[in-house]
Amino acid sequence: MSENMNNEVEPTRRDLGLEAVTSKPVVNDGPASFTTQLLGFWVTFRTMFKKVNTVSYPEVKEPTAPRFHGRHQLNRHPDGLEKCIGCELCAWACPADAIYVEGESNTEEHRMSPGERFGKVYQINYLRCIFCGLCIEACPTRALTMTNEYELADDSRSKLIFEKEDLLAPLRQGMLAPPHAMYPGMDDSNYYKGDVLGFHPSQETSSEVKHD
Amino acid sequence: MSTDVVDMITVIVDGFEISVPKGTLVIRAAEKLGIQIPRFCDHPLLDPVGACRQCLVDIEINGRAFPKPQASCTIPVEPGMIVKTQLTSPVAEKAQKGVMELLLINHPLDCPVCDKGGECPLQNQAMSTGRTESRFEGTKRTFEKPINISSQVLLDRERCVLCARCTRFSDQIAGDPFITLNERGALQQVGIYEKQPFESYFSGNVVQICPVGALTGASYRFHARPFDLVSTPSACEHCAAGCSMRTDVRRGKTLRRLAGDDTDVNEEWNCDKGRWAFKYVTAADRITQPMVRDASGELQVASWPEALAAAAAGLQDKRAAVLVGGRVTLEDAYGYSKFARVALGTNDIDFRSRITSDEERDFLASTVVDSAPSYRDIDRADSILLVGFEPEEESPIVFLRINRQVRKRSLKVTTIGTKLSIGAEKLKANFVCVAPGTEAQAVAAQELTDKSIILVGERASESAGTLSAVVALAQKSGAKLAWIPRRAGERGALNAGAIGNLLPGGRPVTDAAARVDVAAAWGVDSLPAAVGRSSSEIFAAVNTGTLDALVIGGIDPVDADKSHEAISAIKKAFVVSLEIRESAVTKLADVVLPVAAITEKSGTFVNWEGRGRNFEAAVVESLNRSDVRILTMISEKLGRSIALPTVSSAAKEFASLGKWDGAVSAFVPVAPANAPTLGATDALLTSWRRLLDAGSLQDGEENLAGTARQTVIVISPSRAQSIGVVTGDAVRVSNSHGAIVLPVLVEAGAIHDDAVWMPRNSRGSHILATLAVANGAVVTVVKD
Repeated sequence: MSENMNNEVEPTRRDLGLEAVTSKPVVNDGPASFTTQLLGFWVTFRTMFKKVNTVSYPEVKEPTAPRFHGRHQLNRHPDGLEKCIGCELCAWACPADAIYVEGESNTEEHRMSPGERFGKVYQINYLRCIFCGLCIEACPTRALTMTNEYELADDSRSKLIFEKEDLLAPLRQGMLAPPHAMYPGMDDSNYYKGDVLGFHPSQETSSEVKHD
Repeated sequence: MSTDVVDMITVIVDGFEISVPKGTLVIRAAEKLGIQIPRFCDHPLLDPVGACRQCLVDIEINGRAFPKPQASCTIPVEPGMIVKTQLTSPVAEKAQKGVMELLLINHPLDCPVCDKGGECPLQNQAMSTGRTESRFEGTKRTFEKPINISSQVLLDRERCVLCARCTRFSDQIAGDPFITLNERGALQQVGIYEKQPFESYFSGNVVQICPVGALTGASYRFHARPFDLVSTPSACEHCAAGCSMRTDVRRGKTLRRLAGDDTDVNEEWNCDKGRWAFKYVTAADRITQPMVRDASGELQVASWPEALAAAAAGLQDKRAAVLVGGRVTLEDAYGYSKFARVALGTNDIDFRSRITSDEERDFLASTVVDSAPSYRDIDRADSILLVGFEPEEESPIVFLRINRQVRKRSLKVTTIGTKLSIGAEKLKANFVCVAPGTEAQAVAAQELTDKSIILVGERASESAGTLSAVVALAQKSGAKLAWIPRRAGERGALNAGAIGNLLPGGRPVTDAAARVDVAAAWGVDSLPAAVGRSSSEIFAAVNTGTLDALVIGGIDPVDADKSHEAISAIKKAFVVSLEIRESAVTKLADVVLPVAAITEKSGTFVNWEGRGRNFEAAVVESLNRSDVRILTMISEKLGRSIALPTVSSAAKEFASLGKWDGAVSAFVPVAPANAPTLGATDALLTSWRRLLDAGSLQDGEENLAGTARQTVIVISPSRAQSIGVVTGDAVRVSNSHGAIVLPVLVEAGAIHDDAVWMPRNSRGSHILATLAVANGAVVTVVKD
């Protein structure tokens, strides 16, 4: 074996079939003429009079395209209940395995979303996420959407695993922080149809009782 | 059975010829060719019903075609049959699509919230044979959801496709009236018997066989999706039936366990305890670090080298004994067995942490250790005799096996017991009612044939002479004899020689050739020759000062009678405890060493048949190690290594030892004890453990505990009359140790007039801890 290796010889140009390739020597005629050089600077000169594209980020921030895939958001129903039902379809769809979800049962005493189920744990690992948007396509309740926020750099790995409270949409006007009861007389299908437009005073007391 | 000649019938399915035994269903013949016909209601272990109509195929026999597609799950093959499935017949394909569309009309679009999503036959078949869009524009039928049919099973009637798998299971397999089909037509729904209590030890199986998400388990509800889970084939640690299982783990935590598929053992079923009792592994009182008792008497967390040194220092040159417990694997039991002989130089080892007798130990050594009865023997038996054994409570899969034969061919079952059990009633057993302690006479009076099988439980040891009578009956009639202990590790521990009169492989300690055999394999000069002490003798010897130290595996000191003696012995001796959780032993132990729980280790359980049930670790991230590894580390510190650093090395060494081929020790019969004299309010106590009770392996699973049977005292009508109580009244059962007050159930013909029955370890009835006796002892029964 070692003998064989020693007997190996360098392949010749003929072995490689290079003899048929004709080559031409490079001719260097010295520096180009002044006019030719001037012509080369024309592009630079012309650009000096054009509109500048550079943005002085981070002092100036340009809006993104309206459908830019930025940080995710977990939305709420108009009365403040969470839309996420912890079904894990987003985690299933995720090609990068960036999403971790654990579901839990809603109870009368502790209701986070309409219906039977809510997402107890919801994590997105932005070290893994490739912002492809398959998760928001998979979401059956439109709980998960993407915002235009793109400033996601940070200084540690753990900070880039976003928990549910980092992803939840803020409570807006007319919303009540869960846990609280569903809107009186409505069930989960009413929520999905959009019949609930804000919270009912009785829901407020239901949550106050709980917080005491 | 396999020797029976079977008629073969040749049929053509989709143009392929196949020969199958007569009586095979068309759907199964197609399966053999690898042709999958969609189905929901069909289940190989349940009677055909043809409820879902999803398996429609075109059939013609001898050139005459059925006018319409037929359900292939109800039609047995016939000679000259030509079957065309959806693959070759457009008619069958259209029929199946139509059925699927009809099934989906009332099925809610619940998949995102449904536990079955991702492993749902309906979801899969809707994708393969369904339409992409619904044509249904009406309002779907709705029901209130979900409803609890028990604390552990939830029913969502909207999702049900009325396949009747669950109701057929409850009727045909479990024999429990817990679930049925109510109403008819579009409103047909699964419901519970409202007037009968929900009582089934097998309800978890309906969750597993439901082809949609109509029946789901409360404990697993919403916790994971199939793609989150890492599944490991495993064996059940709860009883000696030896069920094959599947353990599903998400991020190091067991979320559910399912029945595995093993036709020779558990078929596809298991009991609710095996399915749901696994939270003890993650209980808050799990021991994760070694602990050593310091000078002030407090247990302090220590490093492994410190703890091992402390254990070795306490055991070095001391008279020590080993108590193994009935829940260790074969490999661990072998480790304990070798540790006692090699490291401690004693035969004082016993795996039996329950009420035992020397008669039982002789019986195990002479009759059980080299026997290999099997589930097939139950299938073939002409009659079954149960002695001191309640299959439904103590080995549920044996119960299912007998129940199937009772249902199929009216198998004759006779039970000799102190109380008629619910299980015996379901088996339509001939109940031979005896007073506690008089089982032997009843056994001797039985007539059996050489095709019969005697199933004797571990409680037979509680009544002197019973096992002798059983051995005599088996010899006289030629009937097969099987000993079925309650705990999963007992048969393995017996084979591994974790008992005073046997060395590994069933070698008698008293046989010099057997000792030489084992000593050579272990590389030691000699092994102790005297028969070792039994567990009760070990405790007594510690109390009298003839033993100094104990190495204790997974035992509970209140599992045997005279529990106060056991506890005082553990207090007195130097105790090294190998445990998974805090227990009565670890509270008193001098050195506590954490060991791996079942999901964290590999090993083998040997079931009552003597069949090895191997399993691998389900939670591989665990830092806990099996008992055998820790025993090896102690033995190295002692300077007499047992050299079994891994489970596989123990398994290998035990296998290389092989079975004993020499003479087994002869069984010496024991005479029954004389019946004690009873006063007016005196009764003989009798009891057994229920499947679902206060056992420590069921801790932390409230949904399971919710279906435990009611804790009651059972007495006969004449006793009820004499103490003036009726069913439901409170009755006090007492002796010099304590008293238990519980509601009474007066049952005619179910219990001997001299006896009083109560569950051995249920909530409110911890009789070994309270009364320190469990069977055959005299107690006072009065109205409270």
